[in-house]
Amino acid sequence: MSPFPTHLLSMDDLDAEAIADVLSVTDSFAEVGRRANPKVPALRGRTVATLFFEDSTRTRMSFETAAKRMSADVLSFSAGSSSVKKGESLRDTIETIQAIGMDAVIIRHGSSGVPARVAEWVDHCAVVNAGDGWHQHPTQALLDLYTVRQSLGGGDEGTEAFDGLRVTIVGDIRHSRVARSQITAYAALGAEVTLVAPATLLPPSLEGWPITGVSHDLDSVLADTDVISLLRLQAERGSGAYVPTMREYSAGYSLTARRALQLPPDAIILHPGPMVRGGEIASEVAELPSARITDQVGNGVAVRMAVLFLLLGQGTREAELHG
Amino acid sequence: MAERSGLKSREVVVRGGTVVDATGGRRADVRVIDGRVAEVGEGLDAGRGATVLDAGDCVVAPGLVDLHTHLREPGREEAETIESGTRAAALGGFTAVVAMPNTEPPLDSAESVRNVFALAEGALAEVAVAGAITVGRAGERLAPMAELAALGVRLFTDDGDGVQSAGLMRRALQYATGLGVTLGQHCEDRSLAAGGAMHEGAWSSRLGLPGMPSEAEEVMVARDIALSRATGGRVHFLHLSTAGSIDLVRRARAEGVPVTAEVAPHHFTLTDGCTAGYDPVFKVNPPLRPQEDVDAVKAALADGTADAIATDHAPHAPELKDLPFDQAPPGMLGLQTALALAVTELDLPVAHILALLSWQPASIAGLDPAHGGAQGGPIEPGGVANLCVIDPRATWTVDPTALASRSRNTPYAGRTLTGRVRHTVLAGEPVVIDTEAQR
Repeated sequence: MSPFPTHLLSMDDLDAEAIADVLSVTDSFAEVGRRANPKVPALRGRTVATLFFEDSTRTRMSFETAAKRMSADVLSFSAGSSSVKKGESLRDTIETIQAIGMDAVIIRHGSSGVPARVAEWVDHCAVVNAGDGWHQHPTQALLDLYTVRQSLGGGDEGTEAFDGLRVTIVGDIRHSRVARSQITAYAALGAEVTLVAPATLLPPSLEGWPITGVSHDLDSVLADTDVISLLRLQAERGSGAYVPTMREYSAGYSLTARRALQLPPDAIILHPGPMVRGGEIASEVAELPSARITDQVGNGVAVRMAVLFLLLGQGTREAELHG
Repeated sequence: MAERSGLKSREVVVRGGTVVDATGGRRADVRVIDGRVAEVGEGLDAGRGATVLDAGDCVVAPGLVDLHTHLREPGREEAETIESGTRAAALGGFTAVVAMPNTEPPLDSAESVRNVFALAEGALAEVAVAGAITVGRAGERLAPMAELAALGVRLFTDDGDGVQSAGLMRRALQYATGLGVTLGQHCEDRSLAAGGAMHEGAWSSRLGLPGMPSEAEEVMVARDIALSRATGGRVHFLHLSTAGSIDLVRRARAEGVPVTAEVAPHHFTLTDGCTAGYDPVFKVNPPLRPQEDVDAVKAALADGTADAIATDHAPHAPELKDLPFDQAPPGMLGLQTALALAVTELDLPVAHILALLSWQPASIAGLDPAHGGAQGGPIEPGGVANLCVIDPRATWTVDPTALASRSRNTPYAGRTLTGRVRHTVLAGEPVVIDTEAQR
């Protein structure tokens, strides 16, 4: 197994080998999850804090479940986006939490870059990015990869199945941390990534992005798609103004039942959630067997167990810090 | 100044340097008596009790003039005061700064301007004031520009914001022509830039930060060139940062439109890639741009399209610069590093750099002898002794904790620079001797 980074801030932190390690360790923890008593002592005595400065249900639950299944002590710190206005600075919050003594902090923040800054401020503590602004959401990309690998079948070994896999990402890529992580993750494993969105919902520049193509015509790419990942229009980020109406957006970019039929029969449909049924995805499409949306959620726990284990559980980190 | 001249009945001799001013360069000593230059020539001896400033291997120049300083007083004294800001100015070789009006309250009335002048009594640099163009810098109605002009205000700007309304800007320019004053514009079209935290481009896309496109600056530059051409009103473009803006100004000047331009040191030394670590010390407005814009800014300094280097010295308390990048306020310290950055990073002769930092900005600000002021003038007998003595080959390393500012937000921490201000003389008083502020 290759050395794992000290923090998981971005998919850029993981090369193909490290991704393969995460997927392989995830297999072991997925097996744990199927047991009657899904608990192992891997992180006994370790303390993990979740710091969510932005509301989230599934990601927080997923991380906390993952930590508890590995017998870690879990502290949950909730802060509205107004915490700064209440007076305590982010840095003071982090220093307080560090003084209590944490082995890992799992951070979600509405502002891009906060996990990276926090990683500079802490010592002897792993930082996991659970989503920052429009920037990155690496564990979401990892669980997508795991779900795809699981769906493709053909054994659990390696990541060869991703080589040349045609991945289409549709929707509000401009404001999506999930898309930024997915693109890096798929490309690292040799997949071909195509982005589909109106020009206003693409990032201002795609210079240096490891993508194969960009399209404004969803219908034209469906037949050449092995995996399609749909992104929600992020109305809370003001995306509404980027398209004239939701109706017009859905007409062009929603995965309707008719469009789903143009996909190859074994294509996989993914959505990071929360879904807007009738928005970017038709309700009946979300229920298709090829839609692996609930698998994604289930796999999320095992993937996050793997990430926490690789960051904290191997002893290599301690050796690095003190050796 | 008149009532203080009695305190300065002393002699200062700057010895062993090369005098460089708008008239050229020559090896000469400078004798200062009672605040004015008394004698310029070789081998001057010092009288009894005279202060001798060693200028060996140094350039003796008119004091530097900063067109763009945020002194923060009144209103944000935790970040900077007129005293701390002018101390930083003196250490940076500046003998005059133009204080920006975005204080609290803003400098949009005779009362608030008089207050700043009163607070600046005894400061370590001459403090000129840029008045607001509009009341409260709100961009809605004109500030009493004639009342402020009567107090000596020669430059007006809503800096921090651009005047968004083209109609109001045109009216302000028309009004300004009758007063003989210049309007400074912070070029930023709000409908394009709002919410932006950095330059919009490859880096902002990758970092997931909202961007401010180059066009946000350029459309206002183009607009104000058209308005200046139409009205004859003088526009001074503040902190231009894009190749497109530079190109517009270059063409307008060739055509004879009465516009001038300044650029800031960070726009010729840093790129948007500096923000990769999300450290808000690199957040500034206009934002750091890609290398091609940096190259265009340097070219503008070399070919005269840019008239001045202005610091946009913008102190912010440390806790504000610990906020997430998109929430932190924009701005960087600049007074103590401007000259060294120019010497280090620009491939220009020292005399050219001094033109950009002294007599050209003095003229734009109306602080030079031609406008009845005491800044940037030739070093000759009778002139007010505002001088700086620079060792263009000395190297030093930027230590944020050693800066005179109350704030620490320099993006150059740890950087080793060439070119150091050794002495600064303010109206005959040595306020900096051997890199140490004297008060």
